[in-house]
Amino acid sequence: MSKTPLKKEFWGKRNYSLLKTVLSLLLLSATLISLMVGRFEVPPFDIISAILSGFIPSPDLSPTVRSVIVDVRLPRVIAVILVGAALSVAGAAFQGLFRNPLVSPDILGVSAGAGFGAALALLLTENIFITQSFAFLFGLISVGLAYMISRVYRVSSTLTLVLAGIVVAALFQALTSLVKYVADPLNKLPAIVFWLMGSFNHISNSDLMVAGPLLVGGIVILYLVRWRINVLSMGEEDARALGVDVRQQKAIIIMSATIISAAAVSICGIVGWIGLVIPHVGRILVGPDHKLLIPIAALVGASYLLIVDTVARTVTVTEIPIGIITALVGAPVFAYLLRKTQTGWKQ
Amino acid sequence: MTKPLTVSDLSFRYQAKGEATIFSGVTFSLGKGEIFCLIGPNGTGKSTLIKCIAGLLKAESGAIHIDGEDLNTLSPARSARIVGYVPQSHTPSFPFPVKDVVVMGRSPHLGMLSSPSDDDMRIALEAMNSVGISHLAERPCTDISGGEYQLVLIARALTQQPRILLLDEPTSHLDLGNQMKILRTIKKLSTQGLSILMATHFPDHAFLLSGQVGMMMNKGISRVGSAEEIISKEIMQEAYDAEVCIMTLPGSSGRKICVPMLSSGNDPVN
Repeated sequence: MSKTPLKKEFWGKRNYSLLKTVLSLLLLSATLISLMVGRFEVPPFDIISAILSGFIPSPDLSPTVRSVIVDVRLPRVIAVILVGAALSVAGAAFQGLFRNPLVSPDILGVSAGAGFGAALALLLTENIFITQSFAFLFGLISVGLAYMISRVYRVSSTLTLVLAGIVVAALFQALTSLVKYVADPLNKLPAIVFWLMGSFNHISNSDLMVAGPLLVGGIVILYLVRWRINVLSMGEEDARALGVDVRQQKAIIIMSATIISAAAVSICGIVGWIGLVIPHVGRILVGPDHKLLIPIAALVGASYLLIVDTVARTVTVTEIPIGIITALVGAPVFAYLLRKTQTGWKQ
Repeated sequence: MTKPLTVSDLSFRYQAKGEATIFSGVTFSLGKGEIFCLIGPNGTGKSTLIKCIAGLLKAESGAIHIDGEDLNTLSPARSARIVGYVPQSHTPSFPFPVKDVVVMGRSPHLGMLSSPSDDDMRIALEAMNSVGISHLAERPCTDISGGEYQLVLIARALTQQPRILLLDEPTSHLDLGNQMKILRTIKKLSTQGLSILMATHFPDHAFLLSGQVGMMMNKGISRVGSAEEIISKEIMQEAYDAEVCIMTLPGSSGRKICVPMLSSGNDPVN
């Protein structure tokens, strides 16, 4: 007999519905608290009447409270939840697809490309819509470029794709530096730098109209193919022998994760570490099975980012860029998680 | 009746221009419940041939028909319902429980968006039962031995409910007990009607399985026949450049064994 346990126990696997309920309640309370707190405190009952004010007239509600909730906090909270969930799901899918625990959704250069797109647009215009479109488009372009570079070599292995992604990311980071270098240091440069640090500061309902469906769409597709990610994580050759159209399904997963990352950068700048760390937290809870992992990663990622964003905008007088906090928290947490042996990876 | 597997005049080379042909003119067929052992020196293309039949590599010319249909015209899912492939063992990345790995064999029967049902899990459990690994069902596949993992991969291929089973050196890296366990399993599966193509480095395994033997050398399958015909002193000398002694096992009903020798004229019996 081997010394290893007969069964690797994951608490959240045996109590999956309980875990999902607990995490949903956590997300719900985080949402409520996030809507309440801020420079302008709103009691819970007013939040509900403000949200319902579109359907049920509530004459007692002050227009200021209504505006704070409906036009400012609600779109921001929804955006944070969607970005947190989407980046975590994309990270879990990529770590499975690339069979590597160090992979994050921007491994193929999407964040670097999107960051450059945003920086370029900020340099040229003041228009927020153009900035977002540029960010999104350059995100897609960077991954397309990585894909094309990897195709140049006859062996189109996953490793070549990842290496091409690193090349493309380096290229766009250099171009971003160039944009920063030529930008007017008094007004343009701070705007670019702040954007790249990541913030949900200026999310409006109209931002959500475009990015929201993209994020939701990406989550839904990855949720639907989540069992196939298990099969793909056995390696391309095994997956093909098991009747999987590897090229097609790899493309679907890469496209979904890329759309998610590009849409995220387009509304909130670069928020790192979520897609890298949260899937590991999910695996500690429920094990490696993506069928269970994807929903849990979405819930954990949404709650985590919402808590971080609420802290970022309330602890100090001026808002702290959220990308700084996710990195400050994410890096040590990740180091700790990798030290733990049972993270759902081979040891 | 069409044979489960017919390979005709198959040749293969890696795509990069100027690369030498690995094999050409490979022709053989496999009937229902038959076992075909591929033997031959390293680098003669045994694994490559098996990967071509599994649809993992594309042959340069020639044809592979499974169940009477051209492999090239079948979708990955359709061919995986007919051909099960057991790769050479490699360590998986994720510690999936064994039963989760085995049930992946249902993929060719499932739509892209579906997950295995209870029925699929039942088929997986039956497959595990038939190769004798039911007791491992909940164990992480990263924590079991090489022999056990090989059986897991066989069970996974059986879960595809194929008609043809391809095994790429299923007994390499295994101890004697595990080798025999695998061979017993293969023999049992063939009596149940599964056609089996297996690459092996052990001539004795071909004797034990008593099916057809194909000797891969000189860029093709140079000889096909029964184990007794192919595994002879002369052919083994030619293929492996090694001295062997073929003997009938004393006290058996004509079971042959192949004994390697370090130098010629050194009969181990005397």
